[in-house]
Amino acid sequence: MTEILYNLIDFLFPFDFLSMEFMKNAFLGILIAAPMLGLLSTMVVNQKMAFFSDAIGHSALTGIGIGVLLGFSNHTLSMLILAVILGMLIAYFSYKHQETTDTIIGIFSAGTVALGTMLLSRNGNFNQYTHYLIGDLLSIQLEDLRILILVSIVVLVFWYFIFNDLVLTSLNVSLANSRAIHTLRLQMFFTCIVAVVVVLCIPWIGVMLINAFLILPGAISRNVARNMRQYHLYSIFFALFSGLVGLWLAYVLGTSAGATIVVVMTICYIATSLVKRLTY
Amino acid sequence: MNECKFCCTELRDVTVCKEGMTLLEHINLHLHCNEITAIVGPNGAGKTTLFRTLLGEMHYTGEIKQHIHKNEKKTHGPIIGYVPQHLNFDRTTPLTTLDLFTACMQKRPIWAKMNTSFREEVLKALKEVKLDYAIDRKIGLLSGGELQRVLLALALQPKPDLLLLDEPISGVDVNGQKLFYETVHDLKSKYHMAIVLITHEIEALEHICDQAVLLNKKVLAIGKPEEVREEAVNQKQLYVGGRIR
Repeated sequence: MTEILYNLIDFLFPFDFLSMEFMKNAFLGILIAAPMLGLLSTMVVNQKMAFFSDAIGHSALTGIGIGVLLGFSNHTLSMLILAVILGMLIAYFSYKHQETTDTIIGIFSAGTVALGTMLLSRNGNFNQYTHYLIGDLLSIQLEDLRILILVSIVVLVFWYFIFNDLVLTSLNVSLANSRAIHTLRLQMFFTCIVAVVVVLCIPWIGVMLINAFLILPGAISRNVARNMRQYHLYSIFFALFSGLVGLWLAYVLGTSAGATIVVVMTICYIATSLVKRLTY
Repeated sequence: MNECKFCCTELRDVTVCKEGMTLLEHINLHLHCNEITAIVGPNGAGKTTLFRTLLGEMHYTGEIKQHIHKNEKKTHGPIIGYVPQHLNFDRTTPLTTLDLFTACMQKRPIWAKMNTSFREEVLKALKEVKLDYAIDRKIGLLSGGELQRVLLALALQPKPDLLLLDEPISGVDVNGQKLFYETVHDLKSKYHMAIVLITHEIEALEHICDQAVLLNKKVLAIGKPEEVREEAVNQKQLYVGGRIR
């Protein structure tokens, strides 16, 4: 099965930079993860949740710290649990006290980074965890890809059913309530999805850059889209495009893949903003 | 024969408290079908809280009762249409009027392909508020008055038994206001629904309202719009038309 897949890539994309197996894995990882991040990005930008997704990413440090403390061999699990709990807490607080959201998120964000650093630097061992800060896209393994596929299918199914309700809730909570939408439950649910995806991507993209993947595709797409359908299509397109171009550039220049992709995205954003300025 | 099902929404001794503050106190109110009720009162009087209570968002003591017409069987609660004062979006949001209707009326997500019959349905709904030209326009590019009418058209899908309008004309120019009220007035006679609107500009509304309520935590006055306005001025609860009388 794996052989066939690799041969298929060789056949369809006979590029030099994809000849290595880890490059093939990274390539597949981007093909699966980019559309999923692109989808979520539309709503993260719509709901002005940039700061929030940043906080979820930062909470991963504490998650790892607690995992190390409890002796977990798999840090993903402890990151996941903490991120989901934190996400739900923030969603709940911002729902109940709508005016103080960004202060609350800021507190959680700074607090978890500090606590995580405290736990991880306990015996002067912080250096061995720095790869979580930057991430390494080329370290994706085949079993990671399986989990990614599974999660992206789940996200897509949920996205199909909850997107309309999310749009209404983001416009006006009372309006959504008048349409029999359980707004609090919906927000918490959405937060959970974001938290899971963020945590899953952190080993490859890193705590510091994960937020870019949740904001930039949506932000770029906004510059060119004329309706919601185009918004989604362009968001997915730019996530994929930047991902693949970034991967190639990283190979050519010998740079970190995650960071290179983010730079490509930022250039796309600036370019589309300029085009928008010129056409209006 | 009335084509509406619900005859009256009755609030009986409704009190709303939140975090130790009393927002509404002993409210007794009847909201009849085929009647337009204006809610007036100073800022912080609990007008929006009253709406949120009707929408089921606030905990309250007392009773909110739905009376139905004779010969009707109660099969479901009343449908409440709500037109909010503000929407939370920025001007660049790629959400068109059609997208907004899709989000409200369809199970199929906005980003999936849409069938053409639904587009026709939305066009018909928009024609009712004279906005069929705006179907593919981004909502961020609509004027304040246009957006309010879009929201009104939206609140009418499906046809509500109780229609709540939260300061529908604040920030809308005179022509827009006139058009909006004509539309609301048409709706009342056409669909026989109960309409409640919050307003600061009672004078502009007197000719279309059947009842006005002066609210400041409690119901201070209730009755014909001009009487309530007099009362409001006497009690110094309201600066009518922006001028201190």
